[in-house]
Amino acid sequence: MPTSEDYKGQVPAWCPGCGNFQILSTIQRALSELGIEPWEVLLVSGIGQGAKLPHYMKCHTFNGLHGRTLPVATAAKLANHSLHIIAIAGDGDCYGEGGNHFLHTIRRNPNITLFVHNNQIYGLTKGQASPTTAKGTQTKIQPYGVLTEPMNPLSMAISQDCSFVARGFAGDPEHLKELMKAAITHKGFSLLDILQPCVTFNKVNTFKWYRDRVYTLEDEYDPYNRIKAFERSLEWGDKIPNGIFYKNEREILEEGVPAIMEKPLVKQKFSIEEVKHEIEKFY
Amino acid sequence: MSRVRGGHNYYQIRFSDQKISASREMVDILLALDLNTIEIHKKNVRKEGFILYDSETLKKKFDEPEFIDIPFKKIALDVGKNSIMANVVATGAVLGLLDLGLEVLKDILRKDFREKGEEIIQKNIACSEAGYNHALTNCARCEAFGIREPEERKLMLINGVQAIGMGALMSGCKFYSGYPMTPSTGILEYLASRAEDYGLVVEQAEDEIAAINMAIGASFAGVRAMTGSSGGGFALMVEGLSLAGITETPIVIAEMQRPGPATGLPTRTEQADLLFVLHAGHGEFPRVIFEPGTPKQAFYLTNRAFELAEKYQIPVFIQSDQYLGDTEWTFENFDIEHLIYNDYRMREKDLEGVENYKRYKYSDTGISLLAVPGEAGKHLVVVDSDEHDEEGHIIEDSETRIKMVQKRLLKKLPLIKKEIEAPLLYGDPSPKIVLVGHGSTYGVLKEVVDTFSKDHKLAMMHFSQIYPLSERDRFDYIELLEKADITICIENNASGQFAKLIKAETGFEFSHQISKYDGRPFTIETLKEELHAYI
Repeated sequence: MPTSEDYKGQVPAWCPGCGNFQILSTIQRALSELGIEPWEVLLVSGIGQGAKLPHYMKCHTFNGLHGRTLPVATAAKLANHSLHIIAIAGDGDCYGEGGNHFLHTIRRNPNITLFVHNNQIYGLTKGQASPTTAKGTQTKIQPYGVLTEPMNPLSMAISQDCSFVARGFAGDPEHLKELMKAAITHKGFSLLDILQPCVTFNKVNTFKWYRDRVYTLEDEYDPYNRIKAFERSLEWGDKIPNGIFYKNEREILEEGVPAIMEKPLVKQKFSIEEVKHEIEKFY
Repeated sequence: MSRVRGGHNYYQIRFSDQKISASREMVDILLALDLNTIEIHKKNVRKEGFILYDSETLKKKFDEPEFIDIPFKKIALDVGKNSIMANVVATGAVLGLLDLGLEVLKDILRKDFREKGEEIIQKNIACSEAGYNHALTNCARCEAFGIREPEERKLMLINGVQAIGMGALMSGCKFYSGYPMTPSTGILEYLASRAEDYGLVVEQAEDEIAAINMAIGASFAGVRAMTGSSGGGFALMVEGLSLAGITETPIVIAEMQRPGPATGLPTRTEQADLLFVLHAGHGEFPRVIFEPGTPKQAFYLTNRAFELAEKYQIPVFIQSDQYLGDTEWTFENFDIEHLIYNDYRMREKDLEGVENYKRYKYSDTGISLLAVPGEAGKHLVVVDSDEHDEEGHIIEDSETRIKMVQKRLLKKLPLIKKEIEAPLLYGDPSPKIVLVGHGSTYGVLKEVVDTFSKDHKLAMMHFSQIYPLSERDRFDYIELLEKADITICIENNASGQFAKLIKAETGFEFSHQISKYDGRPFTIETLKEELHAYI
């Protein structure tokens, strides 16, 4: 049984007090509690402050390009579905640059997990608006305030029948850990949007701001009711609900691909002998 | 053309009892199913040639001697009870004109209409016979061609995209991701049609950015992977190409050219992406570019692409164009014995004795062990698009940066160069005139050399392994060019991109350049005409 220590990697280079620290330690605890060994996990990330996280872990890592986590993670799953694959992205990374991949990964429904470190700002590039920054927020390149409406990733995911849709808060690591475990063990594409204060560039959505607003969805809440889930996902402002908004048991991508029904692609041996009769089809 | 059932569409067939390898400008028989065909292609019919048409369907009668009016539609209605079979009547008529026999066509009709049932098959066969007999009885000049009975010989019929697809399949490619774009779609279609039989995963991506990142993700996870597109789609892949470069992830990319810029001439041909593919991707990393001259070369070079991609952990290109991609050729055989398959990926057993696996461990060759994550025991595989250390973790220091550039690029380059084969020299071994080409111009150059070499000391030099250029120790092709009086670089683009590459890499300048950039391939006649200025 691995401990969270087994998952510790390099020393993080995040700002002191950054919400990413809680997310990092919570992933490590969640994985160890699930009994998943480091060599059974692949973290795929893009570029952003949150995307550095795999370097601070010990597990297989693909730290690719900004916005491109999901295509890499999906294909890695198709090549080896015995790996636990978690995509680590930020709000700009996943909802902006990679927005198209986000939409189509929901449609494909591979059995992978997506954690979005949503701090409603661009941290790595030092403080510009992200797709989830509140309208009116002033930044260096939006000096008159952001003119566009923020994206609602949960509503979008539910509208497209995403297999698992949840939201947690970096400032509530115990609840976040349970959500992470539920997301990792859910069969299907799981989105966990994580509210994460940026202590340097986002002076609005602070730890206190969230603590005053977040609450957990009621025990009797039914996450299988899509319409209700959509309605609750629209709640934002004085009260912000967290928890598992929606799940379904849609068929996963891997189950529809004939080549990998018996065993993962990566375990299939190749020999020219087995394919050579193909040439006869051209006579 | 991307015209499905509307607009003008045409197809050219050339056959001979000699070996042929190119298209001709002029045709012997024009089979016109609409008036447009006559208007557009009449000028291409040889003086001794024929134009077959149906005056009733076209509502126009032609009196010139080359026109042969055959009531395709009426025969189809009389014999097959359906005007849709007019094209079968017409095909039968062409075969009748040539007195070639109908057995092959009948076999095709039986195969094609198997699912439609025996009645439809018989009606189509009857229509083909009616067309055949009509031409045989009513055409006085059918013997003009002097075609002999074909010998009983089975040949392969394959086009460039199928050859690339089959090359990938037979190289152990297990994953192909792509987004439909002419003329690369054929590879995606071919592999998708074989996916279930041979255990391939073929994914239609949401865009080309996803397509290349998927290929990289699958390759990282341990399977041979490929993606493909045309110029515009490949433009979207450029960022991912650079990712393959720094992460040293093996991938094969098919880049099927069509004329640009932007949408250009989507269903025509050109060789104008050479320098784009050569320079694509930010930063410096090694790459290999192959550009086959025939479907057979495409098959073997795709196999070689997978070998080099995995051996050196680099991106390798199969670059071709619409002309080679869509043109069907016949071959006696593709010799499977010549295929290579070496699995360079490391699994648990291969890593016995390795204490602390590092994905980017420095080595004399620059090549590090390529472990399969999850299959390599407890060893962890860490890769990063940031500059990284031997373990794969992000770094900033200049010392590591220098070592990584040396490992990834400078140490590998000379080894890769040694793998590249010299260009093909065909014709006179010490030529005074050298026609130089690359990729799909192979066939037309070869036929033109055959024609001219009777009277001239002439040869063709054809490059199918474009980049890096081969070393000159085995065959000093530049010395040969320097000794010739006339060297002509022949390219399907406007700016002479290959000539620029040769000059940049070797300093050699061709004495002449022939460029064709009308979106059409060189034909034997057009190339000969151009060459008359120099020969």
